[in-house]
Amino acid sequence: MASTAEKYKSDGSLAGNALEWVDARFPAMALYKEHLSEYYAPKNFNFWYFFGSLALLVLVNQIVTGIFLVMHYKPDAALNASGVPVAFASVEYIMRDVPLGWIIRYMHSTGASAFFVVVYLHMFRGMLYGSYRKPRELIWLFGIGIFLCLMAEAFFGYLLPWGQMSFWGAQVIVNLFSAIPIVGPDLSVFIRGDFVVSDATLNRFFSFHVIAIPLVLLGLVAAHLIALHEVGSNNPDGVEIKKHKNEKGIPLDGIPFHPYYTVKDMVGVVVFLMVFTVVICFMPEFGGYFLEWNNFIPADPLKTPPHIAPVWYFTPFYSLLRAVTYPFLGIDAKFWGVVAMGGGVVIMAFLPWLDRSAAKSIRYRGKIYKTMLAIWVVGFMLLGFLGTKPPSYAFFGVIPGAPVAQILSVYYFLYFITMPWWSKADKCKPEPERVTG
Amino acid sequence: MKKLLFALLLAPLFAWANGPELHLDKAPDKSGDMAALQNGAKYFVNYCLGCHSASYMRYNRLKDIGLSEEQIKDNLLFTAEKTGELIRIGMQREDAKVWFGAAPPDLTLIARSRASEFGTGPDWLYTYLRGFYRDAERPSGWNNTVFANVGMPHVLWELQGEQVMGENHELTLAKPGKLKPEEYDAAVADLVAFLKYMGEPVSELRKTLGWIVLAALAALFVLTYALKREYWKDVH
Repeated sequence: MASTAEKYKSDGSLAGNALEWVDARFPAMALYKEHLSEYYAPKNFNFWYFFGSLALLVLVNQIVTGIFLVMHYKPDAALNASGVPVAFASVEYIMRDVPLGWIIRYMHSTGASAFFVVVYLHMFRGMLYGSYRKPRELIWLFGIGIFLCLMAEAFFGYLLPWGQMSFWGAQVIVNLFSAIPIVGPDLSVFIRGDFVVSDATLNRFFSFHVIAIPLVLLGLVAAHLIALHEVGSNNPDGVEIKKHKNEKGIPLDGIPFHPYYTVKDMVGVVVFLMVFTVVICFMPEFGGYFLEWNNFIPADPLKTPPHIAPVWYFTPFYSLLRAVTYPFLGIDAKFWGVVAMGGGVVIMAFLPWLDRSAAKSIRYRGKIYKTMLAIWVVGFMLLGFLGTKPPSYAFFGVIPGAPVAQILSVYYFLYFITMPWWSKADKCKPEPERVTG
Repeated sequence: MKKLLFALLLAPLFAWANGPELHLDKAPDKSGDMAALQNGAKYFVNYCLGCHSASYMRYNRLKDIGLSEEQIKDNLLFTAEKTGELIRIGMQREDAKVWFGAAPPDLTLIARSRASEFGTGPDWLYTYLRGFYRDAERPSGWNNTVFANVGMPHVLWELQGEQVMGENHELTLAKPGKLKPEEYDAAVADLVAFLKYMGEPVSELRKTLGWIVLAALAALFVLTYALKREYWKDVH
């Protein structure tokens, strides 16, 4: 608690004097205590609790590598003396001529995918243990905001290498806005700054990618953490540790975040860095999923690639978009596809109010919730898989993928919409008073 | 229930085969083989560089494959003055479009962009460069098994000779070239190895570096894990 923290008293050393001087003018010790040394986190965090700090690590990675990339990258769609767009050539310049540029670039491109990996796992943790439930609704909402920013950030950033997939991916997504009735066509021109994706689009996407979205993102991350530290962390048992405190007001099942979780997260960071290194050094393209093969061809507005697929982290939502194939209320199916895609993200924000289960954690929930969630997760992954494939794809060449994606899309939404009923009907086990091991 | 879910989750892994199959021959892996890469560079400069640029790459980068500044200057510098220049060509893209129907693509990244679910970029190139056959219906007189109705004529024909397409879609050598078939395959393999190197000059370095970083991280893992255990001793 900031208000109760004492002002730092110097021990007479130079560093001590400096700290006392600062602390008299800025709540340095109070902030340190509130967020690290006297922030009491439940002692029973498991594997799933590594991904929050890892997301922060990847965020720092993206910002630092991004700063260095901007020093050498040129957002310019004009052709250079070799007849190649300057933007595309500048990425290859980074890969070849800038000392260590290739590492920085691979760290950034791999970091983008890693960001979604850790954030998806972080969100799934929330769903497993009911971390979005009262009193943590705002943490969840800030988190959804972060997820939306991340998607925008990834979308804007993907145009910058100015390869074929960059160009056509942006073209497809911006064209979606033209399906909005009345304002659509003008809106899509407004977004592009031109009638096609062009230099104007590249420049504004660059601006959004390096300034606007990161600013919002950092603000939301700060809000996410402040809200978390206000109410305290949930845990795999889904019980409140603040219910049982000792005489000093410290939760009996809580341990200071620093040093306990800082040293524990360091282990997680090292393991993460090992996986990260394997990707960067041995498989930077990750089989065409992290860096798409077609994106090694400079953008060509006159040559549409036969199959335009978004990067893997967008594909579940891309599948929702493609699942809508019939017009409704006299409006183009494409528009309803956009509604489905956007709705697929937004509906997650309502989770705190849709879940009426007696228990928070999956450990004490009943069969209904476990089954529904398991199907939802498998469905989400299958939607993601199908989103990487053309609509004509068929499993084993026989089971058509398109209707499977449609059924899964319906389930995706029904899962949320009907949750108030089945989560309430679910027979939960009694929650323990205190956290278990 | 759990088993069924698991099976469903894994199903996509076994469901790759879809759509028209493209059979590609496996390109021999010659990465790091300096003699092969230098031989490939020779073929590239003699046969490809007339029409295709490699404009993201500088001549002096070829020191990577064991050539000295002098060797690069004396043997490879036909279209440039200084070894620090990019590997460009004199042909104008507008002219090329008129002559070939499409401007010949820049080849710096061709080994990366030609990768697909059917094989790696080098596999595609290795099959493509050995897949030309005589076709009187094409303006160039040539067609290709991998890239149907390709605009490029068979530039390496004097080395390979002339192949024809039989009734059973098998290629046969109708007129032998300067090289025996296995010599030609080896020459193409060298050229493809060079193209692969050009696509990502750091690819060998990053693998070496990867092992070093992993070793350092493994040591760090031992330390951090021991530190964690030490601190957590008193948490019950």
